Amino acid sequence: MISKKLIIAIIFLLLLQSAIVFAGFVAPYDAALQNRDLPFVPPARIHFVDARGHWHLRPFIYQWVPLPQSIYEYQESREREYPIYFFVRASEPMNAGVRTQIHLFGVEAPAQIFLAGSDSYGRDQFSRILFGGRISLGAGLLAAGISLLLGLLLGAVSGFHGKWVDEPVMRLAELFLVLPWLYLLLAVRAFLPLHISPAQTFFLLVAVIGTIGWARPARLIRGIVLSAKSRNYVLASRGFGASSGYVLRRHVLPHTYGVLLTQAALLIPQYVIAEVTLSFLGLGLSEPMPSWGNLLANLQQYSVLVSYWWMFAPALALILVSLGYFTVANAIQERLQSASA
Amino acid sequence: MDIRRWVRVFVFLLTASPFLFTSSLPQTPQRGEELQTSDNEVGRYGGTLVVGQRTEPKTLNPVTAADAPSREVIGRMMADLIHINRASQQVEASLAKSWTVSRDGRAFTLKLRRGLRFSDGQPFDADDVLFTFQVYLDEKVHSPQRDLLIVGGKPLEVQKVDSYTVRFTLAQPYAAAERIFDSLAILPRHLLEKPYHEGKFAQVWNVSTSPAEICGLGPFRLKEYVAGQRMVLERNPYFWKVDQKKNRLPYLDQVAFLFVGNEDAQVIRFQAGDTDLISRLNSENYNLLAKERQNQSYKLFDLGPSLEYNFLMFNLNDLKPGLDQIAEKQKWFSDLRFRQAISAAIDREGIVKLVYGTLAVALWGNVSPSNRLWVDQTLPHPARSVERARELLKSAGFSWRNDGQLLDVKGKAVEFSIITSSSNNQRSKMATIIQDDLSKLGMDVHVVPLEFRAVLDRVFQTYDYEAAVMGLGGGDADPNPEMNVWLSSGGTHLWHLGEAKPATEWEGQIDQLMKKQMVELKYSRRKRLYDQVQQIIAANLPYIFLATPDILVGAKKNLANFKPAILEPSALWNVEQLFFRQETVAGASR
Repeated sequence: MISKKLIIAIIFLLLLQSAIVFAGFVAPYDAALQNRDLPFVPPARIHFVDARGHWHLRPFIYQWVPLPQSIYEYQESREREYPIYFFVRASEPMNAGVRTQIHLFGVEAPAQIFLAGSDSYGRDQFSRILFGGRISLGAGLLAAGISLLLGLLLGAVSGFHGKWVDEPVMRLAELFLVLPWLYLLLAVRAFLPLHISPAQTFFLLVAVIGTIGWARPARLIRGIVLSAKSRNYVLASRGFGASSGYVLRRHVLPHTYGVLLTQAALLIPQYVIAEVTLSFLGLGLSEPMPSWGNLLANLQQYSVLVSYWWMFAPALALILVSLGYFTVANAIQERLQSASA
Repeated sequence: MDIRRWVRVFVFLLTASPFLFTSSLPQTPQRGEELQTSDNEVGRYGGTLVVGQRTEPKTLNPVTAADAPSREVIGRMMADLIHINRASQQVEASLAKSWTVSRDGRAFTLKLRRGLRFSDGQPFDADDVLFTFQVYLDEKVHSPQRDLLIVGGKPLEVQKVDSYTVRFTLAQPYAAAERIFDSLAILPRHLLEKPYHEGKFAQVWNVSTSPAEICGLGPFRLKEYVAGQRMVLERNPYFWKVDQKKNRLPYLDQVAFLFVGNEDAQVIRFQAGDTDLISRLNSENYNLLAKERQNQSYKLFDLGPSLEYNFLMFNLNDLKPGLDQIAEKQKWFSDLRFRQAISAAIDREGIVKLVYGTLAVALWGNVSPSNRLWVDQTLPHPARSVERARELLKSAGFSWRNDGQLLDVKGKAVEFSIITSSSNNQRSKMATIIQDDLSKLGMDVHVVPLEFRAVLDRVFQTYDYEAAVMGLGGGDADPNPEMNVWLSSGGTHLWHLGEAKPATEWEGQIDQLMKKQMVELKYSRRKRLYDQVQQIIAANLPYIFLATPDILVGAKKNLANFKPAILEPSALWNVEQLFFRQETVAGASR
């Protein structure tokens, strides 16, 4: 019996993650595109009724124009409606040339649609959240993969072989568990050169976050392997002359899959938050590459924090993603327990 | 009386005592005291001015202090011989009531005020001045101001004519020489001579020195210091200024500096009414305070552009071995057309709008437009033009790959990084805007925010950087303090430090012009020379100037005589004249 919560969570995660994977299509603008006349524009208001009281079937927006005699304050110009079109073809300025790209939605120039407002450079925050999700979620998924792989390998080996492998590996795991990971990450990041390309930074982040977290899954898997290898059918299969590799593959490891799944669902949001934390502290990717941590770093300024509420949008994305994964983890855990009971 | 009431009184006294008991009532003017009459609005005595400071002062030693918070506090307790009036930007009499200059412009004879006392009651005379300059000029003391007192390669000579007359002799004529006396604190010989001769001068007057051992000639004296919390100054009862009604200044009983941590905390405390004034506001916080229209117990001042200039510069230093990659890129950086192209592509108006919320002006030269006496008005202000930038790059042999990436003569992709201080949000933002502008030329630019010390280390020591966004200036309107920036041998000649001889012809020209203006005594001729310097700089772009922010300050509405100025310290320079119009409830309860 699959709970409703689980279905909602899975659908939400699928939707969000496909939007992030296809950010080039879903996001209306390039993440680095600056609109220097429109910093801190509030989110677009989507209208169905125009200023004259007429109904429109196609939703539309009004253009935000700066209020005279003020800084970073805007009002809607009611002069013209800009209907929202779907599957629009837009040409974007590249370095020197122009590239054409189909976007999910958009409005006619000169208006722009900022679903989640714009930031201090007039960049579309909605697009930046989607493109930033590639970094943050990508880092979380990859790092979780590394952790689980390391955990599975070391946990299985130390549980299966026991004694002289087991002791050092488990003591090492304990060492990793007591490390204050945030400070370790800060220290590791500080040692690395600062002049490295965004791609290198990204993989460094992933590698550092991923390798630090192998201990907990390794201990869990070792426990399962330990209990599984003394079961009767394993002993029986040994008695028939099965090799260690065969026993491990065929009889022992299948027991760990449930734990691996739960751990994955727990680790992914945890590592997304780790990436966000590092970027928030200025140790992740640098401008203009977006990541959720970078976006949230805007809030470190008091004036932004109290004046522009839409700058919290990346936090909402982060919370929803974490909730989604934790719901999934919870559901898997429940199923495992009811199966074993 | 019941005990609870006593307890309450006791607790009240305990909490309020630092602010309640002030023994430093102003002394009535005595005969024989040569006091200065200040022409401010006559005020009333009393009150504590509370100022939020970002960081604690590191020292109270006026000779060795180099950081802004220390200088801000020390400045209120010390006085100089000749002072630059922050409002008029002209020199005026201070401890020296008058001075004469010899015909060759080399000898200055200063007449000191008679009958003055240090804040501990000890008399002041020419011996204190002699001692002060002995200390400032002592190489072992390492005073940051020492360089200013070396003219024509020789330290200035000090001579005592009589107890109230001092003569200073310079090795060569020096334009605006009176200005070098500004902010040089006159030290009490009776307190500091002994430690100085014992070689312990660097250790005297640190923050934990007891208030009784510190004295000066400024309007306030130290009362208490609570580490991590506050430093409180109280009135100097012997201060040498009176108002038109012969009331001795200052009016305020106390000035309390609260250490609040950072700029945002400063704003929050000011907004809450905990502090009475705030200076060095950034534009975002200024807007924030301006928006809060319902609570207008404070007023805000936009004084117009400061004297600071922010710029992008490229590393043109002679590199140490091991930095071959940077050396390779210096071939681009040293090409004037490359720098011109970058200057043409930068959207300065965008910087003014996005970084400073329009509270700034765009810059094309090293002198801020608010420095009306010295700015060259004829300097061209070319509009941003990406086309012109592309033409310049083409003429310098650059070309573009099919995907738009810029390539140099050898076909190498043009890519470099800009370092900025991560604690300076404005400069990081400028770098990000420049990065976007230069991507339109096909340049691949990375912004690398670093800790401020790391930036300084790379710029001054290791030369391990490619480009940097920095800021300079802001001290004085006169060109002379800028000597060390523009002389090829100067200590802040950042783009190429430690040149043995001028590396280029135009740097040689600047050297000559700057040296000439320094010994030229007539303003109009100096101005002509300095105009030429500005033109050479603008034509050769060792720095690509970006913008200069407005000076923004705020103060409680009832703070009278508050006249903020462009020169530092913009808010507290006339602290002796400030007073509160009515006793505020908040002021009494503190």
